[in-house]
Amino acid sequence: MASQIVRRIARSSRSKYASLGNPSLLDRSCSQSAASNSNLIRATLFPGDGIGPEIAESVKQVFKVAEVPIEWEEHYVGKEVDPRTQSFLTWESLESVRRNKVGLKGPMATPIGKGHRSLNLTLRKELNLYANVRPCYSLPGYKTKYDDVDLITIRENTEGEYSGLEHQVVRGVVESVKIITHLASLRVAEYAFHYAKAHGRERVTAVHKANIMQKTDGLFLKCCREVAEKYPEIKYEEEVIDNCCMALVKDPSTFDVLVMPNLYGDIISDLCAGLIGGLGLTPSCNIGEGGIALAEAVHGSAPDIAGKNLANPTALLLSGVSMLHHLNLHEKADQIHDAILKTIAEGKFRTGDLGGKSTTTDFTNAICNHL
Amino acid sequence: MSRRPLLNLNLKHLFSSTRSRSLTYVPVPRPVDGTARPVTLIPGDGIGPLVTGAVERVMDAMHAPVYFEKYEVRGDMNTVPPEVIESIRKNKVCLKGGLRTPVGGGVSSLNVLLRKELDLYASLVHCINLPGLPTRHDKVDIVVIRENTEGEYSGLEHEVVPGVVESLKVITKFCSERIAKYAFEYAYLNNRKKVTAVHKANIMKLADGLFLESCREVASKYPGIQYNEMIVDNCSMQLVSKPEQFDVMVTPNLYGNLIANTAAGIAGGTGVMPGGNVGFDYAIFEQGASAGNVGNEKIVEQRTANPVALLLSSAMMLRHLQFPSFADRLDAAVKRVIAQGKYQAGDVGGDSTTEEVVDAVIANIK
Repeated sequence: MASQIVRRIARSSRSKYASLGNPSLLDRSCSQSAASNSNLIRATLFPGDGIGPEIAESVKQVFKVAEVPIEWEEHYVGKEVDPRTQSFLTWESLESVRRNKVGLKGPMATPIGKGHRSLNLTLRKELNLYANVRPCYSLPGYKTKYDDVDLITIRENTEGEYSGLEHQVVRGVVESVKIITHLASLRVAEYAFHYAKAHGRERVTAVHKANIMQKTDGLFLKCCREVAEKYPEIKYEEEVIDNCCMALVKDPSTFDVLVMPNLYGDIISDLCAGLIGGLGLTPSCNIGEGGIALAEAVHGSAPDIAGKNLANPTALLLSGVSMLHHLNLHEKADQIHDAILKTIAEGKFRTGDLGGKSTTTDFTNAICNHL
Repeated sequence: MSRRPLLNLNLKHLFSSTRSRSLTYVPVPRPVDGTARPVTLIPGDGIGPLVTGAVERVMDAMHAPVYFEKYEVRGDMNTVPPEVIESIRKNKVCLKGGLRTPVGGGVSSLNVLLRKELDLYASLVHCINLPGLPTRHDKVDIVVIRENTEGEYSGLEHEVVPGVVESLKVITKFCSERIAKYAFEYAYLNNRKKVTAVHKANIMKLADGLFLESCREVASKYPGIQYNEMIVDNCSMQLVSKPEQFDVMVTPNLYGNLIANTAAGIAGGTGVMPGGNVGFDYAIFEQGASAGNVGNEKIVEQRTANPVALLLSSAMMLRHLQFPSFADRLDAAVKRVIAQGKYQAGDVGGDSTTEEVVDAVIANIK
């Protein structure tokens, strides 16, 4: 497993001077790189519900010990629906992310009910977060049935099957519309290839079902092929989704970067999370127009263990790491990342969901000690 | 001990209230004088002819009372020739190798067309660990029952303006109800304990909501069978980490495709899982999960396609035709070959050709 740590350090050092975000962000970070040592970067933090506040504290502690130049702006989900956003998230929170261009989000429980949009959907639509990036790699030291997973899933986040356009035609017959546009597909394909190049990845695979949904997934594939021509050094492949599912569970090492429309992306990215040990260990980052990046922990808010100091902060910490990469703070990101991997690999401090008995604070302190 | 999937035999009569309940078998003429039953055979393309050839050889060797009426159908034809459909309507049972659908261009899938034409509304895949086949997961015994006629595969797409394409997903109460009824009836008749409905109703509230409603209604009529619901992304995560919690799964069209392939993958691969498409009147048996390697040129050239899936499906077919002892002998022979491990096709880690595997199966028929 040590070889895996070495491989990750080697790969991230390759990308040391490349940015995770859009090309447009490079200008911002260039002007800021000299200033980032003395100025603090403002980032929005949404602790969320349930175990959210505890793991957010964890992140703040680790970042402080690592001396990361970030100043957090905390925002909480409101108790009532804000009419300007039609959800529990206030307009101020959204403005804050738009201003800072970078954010970290904990788990948010969508209250069940009618008359308001889901919180995740609000964020997605208002901030125009068009790509969801989820790097999935086997954590050395945490054994699952799959040891050699090292792939990235990039999922189109705004349209496709989740457009929310449904209606009842007559009693007992419901139609749901799936929309694929040239613009959105091109955007996510561009991002996928840009990411692959920036992180030294060799292959991009587009996942589709164009043998059945010929026009919709056909359009998605056309856009991917267009972008692939601009990156001749990256190998481009296409795979039908059912073959992809089967190949993933038989031998996940055959995949590198996967790019796909919304629904397939949802299922495949969760499948990959399952391969490495679950949502409690998976980082995730949402990329939006204008260089916005909102890193988030995708697990639930786990209300049953909230407040008991038992939660596993790994997902939020790893998401924080990907946020740092996006801000070009690569050394700090690698430092924290290695500390996390080392702590888990040692196995002495592990929270309940990884099979251990440590508390959140113990685990966090162990990581700080490794820094 | 392997389970015996009882297919659609009894279900037709349990659904229609006008027939007398004492009749439990489909009224098919029994071969009292040794006449063989005709079965339509579609070899198809890609690896299809290889694996159907395997089945023909094995049936011959067993002297099974079936004879095949072969028809040529290729994946890139515009439509299934009418004489093929006629033959299936006459024989009521068909065995299909595989039809490779060309990607992205203009030809609608013939597999989907056959299913719609004959109203084969349930697609069944039985994913089970076969002793002798090394897999990462054990204790897998999942039957995925997937709605086969509507949902995302309705084929209703159009370009709104250049650069914007819409595709319609249609869910009806009628289809959701009958697939739910099939799933629960199957579970009941095969002594299965749990049915899980897979959906994404938190996002597609009306469409998958309707599907769930139908499942819940039917579930209330089977108090002895446990029923639960799971969102499709959580389900795929659970499948790769803890597959032993699933028993029978009922899903709409697209999710069913993905779940069936994932489940087949964790149980050993699509090369070994049996399955079929079943309707009220007709049944087509084929390789269980999507024949992902149908068009794989290398496998066709080297003749290393895995015939196990189609052999096990033809055992299911024999059971459907009410020849249980032939079905059992075929099943046992195939399982013995896999357990011995000497003759395995490429996709499960061996290096035998199709012919060698078939020879081994024939040698093991007792």
